[in-house]
Amino acid sequence: MAEEGASKAGIVPSDRTAIGIMFSNSNSSIAYTVDDKAEVIANEDGDRQIPTILSYMDGDEYYGQQAKNFLVRNPKNTVAYFREFLGKDFKSIDPTHNHASAHPEEANGTVSFTITDKEGEDAAPSTLSVQEIATRYLRRLVTSASEYIGKKVTSAVITVPTNFNEKQKAALIAAAAGAELEVLQLVPEPVAALLAYDARPEVEVSDRMVVVADLGGTRSDVAVISTRSGMYTVLATTHDYEFTGTALDKVLMDHFAKEFMKRNAGIDPRQNPKSLAKLKLEAESTKKALSIGANASFSVESLAEGIDFASTLNRLRYETIARPVFAGINRLVESVVKKAGLDILDIDEVILSGGTAHTPRIAANMQSIFPRTTAILAPSTTPTAINPSELQARGAALQASLIQEYEAEDIDQSTHAAVTTVPHIANAIGVVLVSESAETFIPIVPGETAVPARRMVHVKTPKDGGDVLVKIVEANTHIKVTKPEPKAKTNGKASKSATVEDADETEDEDDSDLSDDEEEEDEEKRERMWKIGTTLAEAALRGVKKGSTVEVTINVNADLSMTMTTREVGAKGGVRVNVPAP
Amino acid sequence: MASAKTTELVLPSLPEGWSAEKDFKVLDKISSTIQRTIEPVGPHFLAHARRARHKRTFSEDDRIQAQERAKKVEEDNDSDISEPEDLMMLQRDAKDWKSQDHYKVLGLSKYRYKATEEQIKRAHRKKVLKHHPDKKAAAGRSEDDNFFKCIQKATEVLLDPVKRRQFDSVDEAAEVEPPTKKQLAKGNYYKLWGSVFKAEARFSKNHPVPHLGDEKSTREEVENFYNFWYNFDSWRSFEYLDEDVPDDNENRDQKRHMERKNANSRKKKKAEDNARLRKLLDDCSAGDERIKKFRQEANAAKNKKRLEKEAAEKKAAEEAKAKKEAEEKAAKEAEEKAKTDREASKKAKEAAKNAVKKNKRVLRGSVKDANYFVSGDASAATIDAVLNDVDLVQAKIDADEIAALAGKLNGLKIADEIKGVWTEEVQRLVAAGKLKDGEVKALA
Ligand SMILES: Nc1ncnc2c1ncn2[C@@H]1O[C@H](COP(=O)(O)OP(=O)(O)O)[C@@H](O)[C@H]1O
Ligand SMILES: [Mg+2]
Repeated sequence: MAEEGASKAGIVPSDRTAIGIMFSNSNSSIAYTVDDKAEVIANEDGDRQIPTILSYMDGDEYYGQQAKNFLVRNPKNTVAYFREFLGKDFKSIDPTHNHASAHPEEANGTVSFTITDKEGEDAAPSTLSVQEIATRYLRRLVTSASEYIGKKVTSAVITVPTNFNEKQKAALIAAAAGAELEVLQLVPEPVAALLAYDARPEVEVSDRMVVVADLGGTRSDVAVISTRSGMYTVLATTHDYEFTGTALDKVLMDHFAKEFMKRNAGIDPRQNPKSLAKLKLEAESTKKALSIGANASFSVESLAEGIDFASTLNRLRYETIARPVFAGINRLVESVVKKAGLDILDIDEVILSGGTAHTPRIAANMQSIFPRTTAILAPSTTPTAINPSELQARGAALQASLIQEYEAEDIDQSTHAAVTTVPHIANAIGVVLVSESAETFIPIVPGETAVPARRMVHVKTPKDGGDVLVKIVEANTHIKVTKPEPKAKTNGKASKSATVEDADETEDEDDSDLSDDEEEEDEEKRERMWKIGTTLAEAALRGVKKGSTVEVTINVNADLSMTMTTREVGAKGGVRVNVPAP
Repeated sequence: MASAKTTELVLPSLPEGWSAEKDFKVLDKISSTIQRTIEPVGPHFLAHARRARHKRTFSEDDRIQAQERAKKVEEDNDSDISEPEDLMMLQRDAKDWKSQDHYKVLGLSKYRYKATEEQIKRAHRKKVLKHHPDKKAAAGRSEDDNFFKCIQKATEVLLDPVKRRQFDSVDEAAEVEPPTKKQLAKGNYYKLWGSVFKAEARFSKNHPVPHLGDEKSTREEVENFYNFWYNFDSWRSFEYLDEDVPDDNENRDQKRHMERKNANSRKKKKAEDNARLRKLLDDCSAGDERIKKFRQEANAAKNKKRLEKEAAEKKAAEEAKAKKEAEEKAAKEAEEKAKTDREASKKAKEAAKNAVKKNKRVLRGSVKDANYFVSGDASAATIDAVLNDVDLVQAKIDADEIAALAGKLNGLKIADEIKGVWTEEVQRLVAAGKLKDGEVKALA
């Protein structure tokens, strides 16, 4: 993954100091791993979520929260929401979010911003490419991290959206190189978030189907990731630019603007850029406050035409007016599960990542969409959840500490597509058990597992022991829907006119025209069921002792041949079966 | 997931008769796999990479080949939503957003109610990239953002499920007109009407919606279709066509008046729509040859059943009659037979009686023929003694034995022979215990 940029930088591993960077549209974060534990670093302003904004005032450069504050006073020389433009033509960029700050333009065939970054009344404005802006911003992050660590940061793992293309990646690597930063690897954002969770010492490696919903400021990205023994395969992704943190800001801006208008003879603060900027900043902080409290205040000095404004909003009301956005997020999550060819019931875990993931309503909605057995990892639903704003930077830092000791060339070869493109078994492989002679499938290797794979289970034996059959089969799941008992559907009178008369002597059975229009929607029951497919192998274990346990191990090899070994735990012998490659 | 903790689940016992060399069988191979990309991230991947690389060096070509093998997760192809933009549309006034064709504005004319949410989003983004006023301004073009506002409005409506339904309810471009007589005359009845109902199906609350089918549809399918559609549960509504209600607080009365007017108008339009659908169904079913065919078949079946029933009834009556007659005949015959039997047995009895009489005569005659076993004239006492014995013997034997005895005696003339027969009979009777030894004297 680390393209030319990394190999050219060619820093000797022992000279490296590597960090993890979440470099995102609205905010960025830096993280560092000490003793296998990744920590997000606060910058000199004390911020761990550092707005991805660069601003110039009297020749001085500001970044992060300070630059964000300049959106009100100095929008023209403030560059925000630029990460998305790296490696893109002017033709294919969306400038929507740059309206209240420096506007992107096309210069020298690349996306650029024209700002005054030098001192003096008559200083000539500079036209800076987006890559240059990114370089300057990254340099600030690196400086901040270096100061914290006490060593010059040389290298980083940086997170990128799953739909970042090769050109965008190359542009980012080049931008980093401009800041003398070696990119060890670019890691997909949802995978970094997942890694941050999986790296917790208490976590046992397991097979799970995970949804990572990265809900940011200008985009919401959701991915379905098959997690198999600590290896990650992205099965489906979706990207949305409508149901985002900014959309929630807009809901609040409209709400408070209307309230302001009501109080102030129709003066609309949205009409004036400065008022709009103030409205937006305060709306965002009210929104954040509503993630914690049941009530939040909204207060802006001189919001419009010199009029101060103060108001409050409770969470319930907020959740009502923002419902279309929340509903859009719900649909987005549901759609990507479907896109992955899965059902809601197939998902074991939902990781909520990104700033907007702090919103309690969103986590609560996930709880009602997914079955109770699905873990919803968000601050409001899981007390041990990791701060959703920190997940990606932490994951990047963990990955950085894992690979920093390797030569750039070595990293490149290890992350090569020839290494990462691997067959995944489509169906689960497992053993057939019985209870009162009904067959049940117990998965050993789940579907969507990359090969080679090795898994083991322990299973019980019949009460009295004896000879048992170990039957290894393939299986997949389907959803069994049990509709509530349908109310006897009487054909209304109308239907009669077109119904072909029954050949039997028709006794008018349904003259009792009971009103059937109020069809209360009874909940249908949905269950995930195993459907047993082909039998791969059978083996007999003879004379199993009363109450003993049997161990079944499956090895699926890289060539898709399979070995099954089974034995009675604590006894000698056992059976080994080799299933040849297809 | 891969743990078997449930106590009642156990390995099955080995089925009777299961046997295999070395106690195992290989029955099949792993059936299907997909090439996917694993993320080169995390400690477990490092171990995989070490194994997979085997100190090999991969080239750029290897990379491209491997990437082509892997199933793509990101698709960045928007070719499904490209539509030319006509000038009329680009010049629309955003204030007239209510009357704009939102699908057309986003370039989704050919999808309409079928467009997925993802398509709408991608279409929106594509339009934004092209028409954002800041981009136009940056490129030195006019800052006219009228069409951009149309785009935003279209997106706002189409990405809100409630508003989208309201618009879809009145989206005339999605309507399929019922076929005319002229069109139908050329055939294709089911195809023409089928597409009408396929379009109407967009309003259905219930899914799946049955299709009209074709001439090969079964009666059940056809009935199901009409049943469903005559009971159609539609979400179609008409608030999109509401007249604007004044937003200020001053005109309360007027506001209420407008609201009432709108409510009435919605109701009226809904009723008209129900009637429209009813008429579509009436028209479609009226010309539906399948219904006629099934009715005829049903009638034929009904007639057939009636005839069969009548025939069966007739047959049953005939059978009952025949049975009764047979029974009567049998009874009569039995009676007659009993009578003749009675007579026959009477005759037989008489005959037997006569035979006995006759045989008795033979017996008596035999002793007379033997001259009472004396030479010369027999004395009365002798005659008496012999005849007494004859009577005694006769009394001890039944009719058959009498007949047998008579048979033996018949034709005998010589006294000794006759005497021999009698002696033999007496001895037989004595042996049988019917006579006491010495009881018979003259014939002994
Ligand atoms: N505590 C919070 N509650 C609700 N929203 C939040 C909170 N913290 C941050 N956000 C929102 O999250 C968005 C930024 O998320 P982030 O993941 O940093 O975005 P991006 O990926 O776009 O850089 C902003 O819209 C911000 O307002
Ligand atoms: Mg993000």
